[in-house]
Amino acid sequence: MQWMVWTLPTAIFFSTIASILAGMTVWQLISPTVERKGFLPIATTRGDRLFIGLLTSAYIHLAIVGFTDISLWFALGISILWMVILMRWG
Amino acid sequence: MSQSTITNTQARSEAPEVTSSSGLTRAVSRQKGESVGRNRFLLSIYLLFTLLPIYWLINMSLKSNREILSVFSLWPQALTFDSYIKILTDPSWYMGYVNSLTYVAMNMTISILVALPAAYAFSRFKFIGDKHLFFWLLTNLMAPPAVFLLPYFQLYYTVGLFDTHIAVALAHCLFNIPLAVWILEGFMSSVPKEVDETAYIDGYSFPAFFIKIFIPMIRSGIGVTLFFLFMFSWVELLLARTLTATNAQPIGAIMTRTSTASGVDWSTLAAAGVLTIVPGILVVYFVRNHIAKGFALGRT
Amino acid sequence: MNKVENNKAWFLVLPMLVLVAFSAIIPLMTVVNYSVQDILGRSAFFVGSEWFVQTLNDSRLQSALMRQFAFSFTILAIQVPLGIAIALLMPKKGWQASAVLILITLPLLVPWNVVGSMWQIFTRGDIGLMGYGIRQLGYPYNITRNATDAWVTIIIMDVWHWTPLIALLCYSGLRAIPEAYYQAARIDRASKWAVFRYIQLPKLTNVLVIGVLLRFMHSFMIYAEPFVLTGGGPGSSTTFLSQTLATMAIGQQDLGPSAAFSIIYFLIILAVSYVFYVTIMNMQKDKAENNAGGA
Repeated sequence: MQWMVWTLPTAIFFSTIASILAGMTVWQLISPTVERKGFLPIATTRGDRLFIGLLTSAYIHLAIVGFTDISLWFALGISILWMVILMRWG
Repeated sequence: MSQSTITNTQARSEAPEVTSSSGLTRAVSRQKGESVGRNRFLLSIYLLFTLLPIYWLINMSLKSNREILSVFSLWPQALTFDSYIKILTDPSWYMGYVNSLTYVAMNMTISILVALPAAYAFSRFKFIGDKHLFFWLLTNLMAPPAVFLLPYFQLYYTVGLFDTHIAVALAHCLFNIPLAVWILEGFMSSVPKEVDETAYIDGYSFPAFFIKIFIPMIRSGIGVTLFFLFMFSWVELLLARTLTATNAQPIGAIMTRTSTASGVDWSTLAAAGVLTIVPGILVVYFVRNHIAKGFALGRT
Repeated sequence: MNKVENNKAWFLVLPMLVLVAFSAIIPLMTVVNYSVQDILGRSAFFVGSEWFVQTLNDSRLQSALMRQFAFSFTILAIQVPLGIAIALLMPKKGWQASAVLILITLPLLVPWNVVGSMWQIFTRGDIGLMGYGIRQLGYPYNITRNATDAWVTIIIMDVWHWTPLIALLCYSGLRAIPEAYYQAARIDRASKWAVFRYIQLPKLTNVLVIGVLLRFMHSFMIYAEPFVLTGGGPGSSTTFLSQTLATMAIGQQDLGPSAAFSIIYFLIILAVSYVFYVTIMNMQKDKAENNAGGA
């Protein structure tokens, strides 16, 4: 594990992703998702919206970190807000 | 929409139109003859374009370096096989081919063994996360090896596999397993599910059914998959070169030896290049009848 | 096909998952770890998003990215129409069909660095057929000095190397069209264009999407061929993404920045693949629904 040079932030990041995936699996087992059409141009399931949300959040982070001086936490806040909107109405 | 048009035309075609048909056929076939000639001509031009660089490589490999650099000629003036003899008798050269073939064979074996059950699962069952898993597999097929270069080096160095054939074989699994799953899934989906059900009614267990009935049914699909696995593992060099030093060095890395301070050994380089194409030709010959279907990944 | 819902299928997928995860997830995590640290030998310092800021604003990488897109779109614009045309020209049966198939597949089977060497030999002004030939015609062709020459040569090389993939995909798509469709078209005296537009092209869309996806992604991976042929030069006119990355990672040992770059590169690939994947899946769904409606 030494060579992977873990840091606390990245460890938290990957644990969060892993627990989201685990949580989604449990949620799916309890109440299976129904494919539906929201404001996105395609019909999506819960998992699809999660993936789209995570991917777009990555781009939001890159854009804010790379091209503005605004704090990273602000990007995180926007991303979480965006994820909630997407999961609920996407 | 186009399909409905076609259905209409088919329905109409059944109407009797015998009187004019023979004249029509003759006109059509004459027209067809001309267009076949033109098609052949255009296709030959493309084939010429495909073959010229290969021909030039062969041409260079059959000349001596002195001849290459002194006279420009379309074919060897003094035919010599020295470069081939040199490569095929010097272990430091021909071991490159052995190394490459070794890791390619290992990779083909590993990939097909784990891809068969996985492809069956994708083609027959719905399970939690199946679509996302499939997409994740595809992204690995698309992932540029350059992205993973550094961690691979570190990973295989740490687990003590650096400079072994199995390291390269495992690294190539990154893109070859997803590819195999993708192609096999297409072929398996075209086998009706009734086959499975009948076998289970006849009392076959899953492993027995899978090995005795199902695999023989998708023989050609497996052949084509193996061809693709061979192809992508054989042509990849970046990972193979990064993960090896001397014991498992692929031929592609050994070829760089031909360029030295005193100039490039063109003749040997060309001969080594020609020899790398030979295994590919042998493999493609075996699957030539199924290759067209394979390129559509089983889903036309 | 109606699939059965069965979560035990995970057991069939598991061995594959373990192997691919070993070669995909562990390295990916490592890349993420590298990207937030400054690594010097055995010591590492946490630097946060610094490498990302640096990478996103690095003009060298931006221009490599632009070159990459220009290259990818150029080769797609040439290879797709050319591939379709060749597929239409290929003989349909008999020994000629097999022979043409094998000949057309040849370039795909040449190791990528050998493709580079082959074209290096082919295009050299002194010993190469193409280089010598063009110079005899009076044009001072030189891929090590002239950026345009190098660029055009790389495009031609890629067309040579990868058009077969599109052609073979389309060929297999065309083989799947029942002969009855052509007969119907003949009786209707449909023009060749009409046959292509209304019978062949609709059947080809499925394979073409796969072909474009594969080609687009593979063009993003192009490394060995230009590296051997031009070394990325003259200047950096033919240095594409993978080569820039490999130079950073291996040549300069800039672990942090090259990891940050890898992640950005990967995110681009991920987004493009997802769009294509959704398109392919929706097309297959439509097709399945059409078939179900017809039956």
